[in-house]
Amino acid sequence: MLSRVAERVYWMARYVERAENTARMVRAFSLLALDMPKSAQLSWRGLVSVTGHDAEFEAHYQREDERNCVKFLLADADNPGAVLSSLRKARENVRTTRDLVPSEAWEVMNELFLFARDHIDQGITKRGRFEFLSEVIERCQMLTGLLAGSMSHDAAYDFIRLGRNLERADMTTRQVDVGALRLLKREDDETARPYEGLLWTSILRSEGGFQMYRLHVKRRINGPDVVRFLLQDTAFPRAVAHALTEVQAALERLPRNEMPLRLVTQARRHALNADIDELIGEDTLHEFLETLQQDVAELHGANVRTWFQFPENAPAPDVA
Amino acid sequence: MPIDWKHYDSAPFFDELMEGPGQPRPAARAVAEYLATLDDDELQGRKQAADSAILEMGISFTVYSEGENIDRAWPFDIIPRVIPRREWERVAAGLEQRMTALNLLIDDIYNEQRIFRDGVIPRYVLEQSRNFREQCVGIHPPHGVWAHICGSDLVRAGDGQFHVLEDNLRVPSGVSYMLENRQVTKRVLPELFQNSSILPVDEYPAQLFDMLASISPRPQDYPEIAVLTPGIYNSAYFEHSFLAQRMGAELVEGADLMVGDDDCVYMRTIDGPERVDVIYRRIDDAFLDPEAFNPDSLLGVPGLMRAWRKGNVGLANAPGAGVADDKVMYAFIPEVIRYYLDQDPIIPNVPTWLCSDEEHRKYVLEHLDELVVKPANESGGYGMLVGPHATKKQRTEFARLIRKDPRNYIAQPTLDLSVAPTLCGEAIEPRHLDLRPFILQGVRTDVTAGGLTRVAMRKGSLVVNSSQGGGSKDTWIVDEED
Repeated sequence: MLSRVAERVYWMARYVERAENTARMVRAFSLLALDMPKSAQLSWRGLVSVTGHDAEFEAHYQREDERNCVKFLLADADNPGAVLSSLRKARENVRTTRDLVPSEAWEVMNELFLFARDHIDQGITKRGRFEFLSEVIERCQMLTGLLAGSMSHDAAYDFIRLGRNLERADMTTRQVDVGALRLLKREDDETARPYEGLLWTSILRSEGGFQMYRLHVKRRINGPDVVRFLLQDTAFPRAVAHALTEVQAALERLPRNEMPLRLVTQARRHALNADIDELIGEDTLHEFLETLQQDVAELHGANVRTWFQFPENAPAPDVA
Repeated sequence: MPIDWKHYDSAPFFDELMEGPGQPRPAARAVAEYLATLDDDELQGRKQAADSAILEMGISFTVYSEGENIDRAWPFDIIPRVIPRREWERVAAGLEQRMTALNLLIDDIYNEQRIFRDGVIPRYVLEQSRNFREQCVGIHPPHGVWAHICGSDLVRAGDGQFHVLEDNLRVPSGVSYMLENRQVTKRVLPELFQNSSILPVDEYPAQLFDMLASISPRPQDYPEIAVLTPGIYNSAYFEHSFLAQRMGAELVEGADLMVGDDDCVYMRTIDGPERVDVIYRRIDDAFLDPEAFNPDSLLGVPGLMRAWRKGNVGLANAPGAGVADDKVMYAFIPEVIRYYLDQDPIIPNVPTWLCSDEEHRKYVLEHLDELVVKPANESGGYGMLVGPHATKKQRTEFARLIRKDPRNYIAQPTLDLSVAPTLCGEAIEPRHLDLRPFILQGVRTDVTAGGLTRVAMRKGSLVVNSSQGGGSKDTWIVDEED
């Protein structure tokens, strides 16, 4: 399999996953906003921090209000992580690998992008947002399901699985990080305290994990349990530990996998061995999550060096 | 109302299917009679079936418009063009003869240059050629073949004879549409295939593969073959990907390939570098290798020419092959055939006047209102004068250009291209067409059974290009004996 093609399907999967996760996060937060009293101000700006694109936001916006933040996360062409930008790049990657993916996948991808592009204004308004985001999420799921169900589980599919789960692990650590930063600090804003349960519920919701948490954790929703569930649960698909297990399974099937495999084993061990109560108690959860994100970034770098780029590389395909 | 061939009149042009109103040609009788049994609804139904088959099979071509690339469905007419087998065999022999002579010519140009020394072609023709590549001088590609894949454009003039209008020796395209047209016709008019013997066309990808394998530098091994495309934005990308799939070859872009220290070509794969034996390149010479040609090219592979010159990789077509398809060189091809093969050309050229020749020039200048004047080194119809449609001012301007630089111009008569019945909306009307057969040459020569028929869908138009409202038809070579 050509390195360029592998790189394109890998990025296709990452972009689709990124779009879906961002859409889920905005949807959950928008619903939460409706439950919160005026006195407990929600920080929409926090969502921008989750995606790691603070600099781009600050360069273009003065006010950190809901409208600006949502516009930035969904539609802004200056935000490389915006839902629309991600879908555009995902579509380009499918378009250039059409020989490999089932033709229905191209059609679903193309329609997904066109839908998002044509209805993005609706997505920014309060009224149309829920419907718009739900549709985007559904179509992303449709694409994922279509690939799982109708594409040969060959090397190309392994790269898709690899990209999707790496992106998932990355997004989940980011969400927990921002949630934890806001909610677990002792000196936190007193007005928000009564709503802590609501806030954690919202974080679970953005991961689509509320129902699964209820099924499997069974205790009343509290910070440490949610963090544990999202980081260490090996059965919930969006939990970090599960995503990394999927990454590992995909890696095991690929050639010359020594370095990436070593790194994913290490990342998984970090995620599973952590003592969440201790991290929260000592206020070092943030540092720990940074280590995990570092692991994910290193793993991505190893993938690039192993399969996508040779040392004597010519210009790389347009993927970033 | 079913088609009534008595009301179909294509005079004064040569019609591919009909001898006159109500009189189909013998080879086309089955088609004409069958179509006449279909009523309007059925005919439109077949047309719609063809359109949806084309969408479903994803047969498209790419047009660049308003800053975006758009895949358009391939325009197709369901009524096939029919050529009797006996006539075609003669044309195929003529194409093989022409291709053999063209390759001898190219090999001579890059090596001994006998043909110029013997005065068959004047040296200025080579000196002004824009497709001559000095980087190719002294090279002996396998079997002496430079142009492995040729798409020659044939037209039938008013006399009903096939003529060669031009040879495309660089990166001719269209063969995938020839193959897909047949698939669509089989779905839409299956009844006709049961009762007539129509030569199949689908051996082409296998023949192409065998030809490419025959120029592999490592003939003992199973060769690794790659189709080199400029990428998704190229108008012929559909074809590149189609042919790669059908041959089981890898579809690569320039950045996928690299030339190692051993001067061999490698693909970058997830298993590491993998040696490539033969490249069917669908990018122009100028972009092939930034080390040897255009240094700004991002499409090419640095060092590719080095690898080819050392015989470590097969390139089809060979760089520099285009030297034999410029418009002035064209005028000499009948002489080229006589010179190398000592045979008379089987398929004639379109009559061509060379403005460099004093007598020819005089004739051209006196008949500018009825001739087509073409500059030697332009393609795609640029810088042309179509005498009958030109203004007096344009003709005066061309007379000046010809006198100033006579070597750069040739002239040909305005051709009455043949026509064939074509479904236009509800009605069947005659439309002009041409034919592009494909010739493969390696150790052996194969000619497609028929080729790609292109149709000018607009009434009276002679422009068959798909980007300018052209369509296409399936082309049948039919055995009359059965």
